[in-house]
Amino acid sequence: MAVQTYDYLLRDKHGKDYRDLAVYRAAGGYKAVLKAHQMGGEAIINEVKAASIRGRGGAGFPAGVKWGFVPKDTNKPKYLVVNADEGEPGTFKDNYFLSHDPHRLIEGCIITSMALDIHTAYIYVRGEFKRQIETVDKAIADAHKAGILGKNVLGTGYQLEVYTHSGAGAYICGEETALLESLEGKPGQPRLKPPFPAVVGAFGCPTLVNNVETIASVPVVIEHGGEWFHKLGVERDGGSRLIGISGHVKKPGLYEIGVGANMREVIYELAGGILEDRPLKAVIPGGSSCAVMTPEQIDAPMTLDGIRDAGSSFGTGGIIVMAEGTCMVKALQRLSHFYAHESCGQCTPCREGTGWMARIIDDIEAGRARQEDLDTLLEVADQIGGNTICALGDAASIPVQSFLQKFRAEFQAHIDHGGCPIEGPMPRGTRP
Amino acid sequence: MAQAFSPQADAEIEAILQRYPNRLAALIPTLWVAQREFGWLAEETMELVATRLDLPPAKVISTATFYTMFHKKPVGRYHVQVCKNISCYLRGSDEVTAAVKQKLGVAPGQTTADGNFTLEEVECLAACGRAPVVQVNADYHEWQTAESVVALLDRLAAGDTSGGV
Repeated sequence: MAVQTYDYLLRDKHGKDYRDLAVYRAAGGYKAVLKAHQMGGEAIINEVKAASIRGRGGAGFPAGVKWGFVPKDTNKPKYLVVNADEGEPGTFKDNYFLSHDPHRLIEGCIITSMALDIHTAYIYVRGEFKRQIETVDKAIADAHKAGILGKNVLGTGYQLEVYTHSGAGAYICGEETALLESLEGKPGQPRLKPPFPAVVGAFGCPTLVNNVETIASVPVVIEHGGEWFHKLGVERDGGSRLIGISGHVKKPGLYEIGVGANMREVIYELAGGILEDRPLKAVIPGGSSCAVMTPEQIDAPMTLDGIRDAGSSFGTGGIIVMAEGTCMVKALQRLSHFYAHESCGQCTPCREGTGWMARIIDDIEAGRARQEDLDTLLEVADQIGGNTICALGDAASIPVQSFLQKFRAEFQAHIDHGGCPIEGPMPRGTRP
Repeated sequence: MAQAFSPQADAEIEAILQRYPNRLAALIPTLWVAQREFGWLAEETMELVATRLDLPPAKVISTATFYTMFHKKPVGRYHVQVCKNISCYLRGSDEVTAAVKQKLGVAPGQTTADGNFTLEEVECLAACGRAPVVQVNADYHEWQTAESVVALLDRLAAGDTSGGV
């Protein structure tokens, strides 16, 4: 059966420039704001809960529940902070909204803010996305001029300002408390939780932090109803969502699928299968920090629970596909150097351990490793995981642990061979 | 002569300050303005930012040095950044980097003698579906190959920025 795709969120095949406010509105844009305003805060939150959206940033926490943690009665200002610090290797979906559909994100910000009585929203965008920031800034300015943002949102009397805030090159700022530190002008070093941002967030005030796609889904939920959106997915994991496929497939790119589609079909049908029709070697299902999977594991429904039961995690929905001919040591080397580079340095196990792991993997690839280094590598990974303030420590350990679990023979072969035994090139991809 | 913000930059910083409940939050946006004005963040520039925002210089230095995109030394007119992370690697980013190295005669982290190009290998740029990806200044160049990146460098060296830098 063909995988069902949708175009509620991913509207790139419409042939329309939704960055243009007039085009966006002609397609029904910003109507959900008026509907939401009539519904009122409690009803909006209930609709998002009915939609059963689980956060699209990687952790998969139910969005409606997270919204419910923001206190209603407080004399402090409350903030909405949109996490647009997309940087998990293999993940490139939020880029789509920022580049091509910025008003969707702004409309989501307005409805979310109305639900929680928030009057200031910051969109924290990774620093490399300079063009995307220009695009969103223009959309904000256009919305202001049209009376969609500012002191009187679409004549409702509701007041909201939305600002972009540029990061400056630090993967760790995608972690929500590091992001808040960075928003406040400090180095992006994660905070201890609790307190959670919903209670003590930006500037010491209650703050909702949500991923771009989560917020961009909100207008669709309000327009069509939470139950309707929920049914695009499965029980406890509702809706449609964007997935990105990269690596050795014939048609890499973004696809919008109902939550629950089968991963093998997504890879072989939507993405056209493996380059040069080579056998599949490995899949990382949801961004680089998810456990690597082997071909016999991929008959799994793409839900948070389904991928977990298959032995990995859904993460951000960024699927990285590796064909036969890929050296798993070299692949892991890229990931381990990344985490070593991005460790914020706050916790000793991560600061020291990520660099140590990367150096051992360098040794294995270069043929300098000793037999006992394989055990040392695992031991270091095991001692980082769970022993750090934030999840970067686990994110660095999981690839090492899972690559060694699934492909230990290949690591062993590097040691026995005194270097890389993989012969021949990886498959060549061309622009589809 | 001591560095000073242009009137335009100064007005921009004033507008930035209005967006946040405190001055420290204006720091990263102001460092971006400073980097645009002066090209990189010399110690003198960080002190200028500290004075403008009335923040201790140590705060400014602590933040400025944490983030990789704030330059602590001058960079070339074209900052060529090749993604080396997994999705780009799988689609041949090493060949792209090798082609740039050979063409420019510099290693990652170095700038050409004429000050035109700085080469850097960077981590994931979040455009993995169109890998390999090269960012030059603000612009992304996707689906790169060893041949296409050399053509891009030739175009930029000739001063042609019509297709983005």
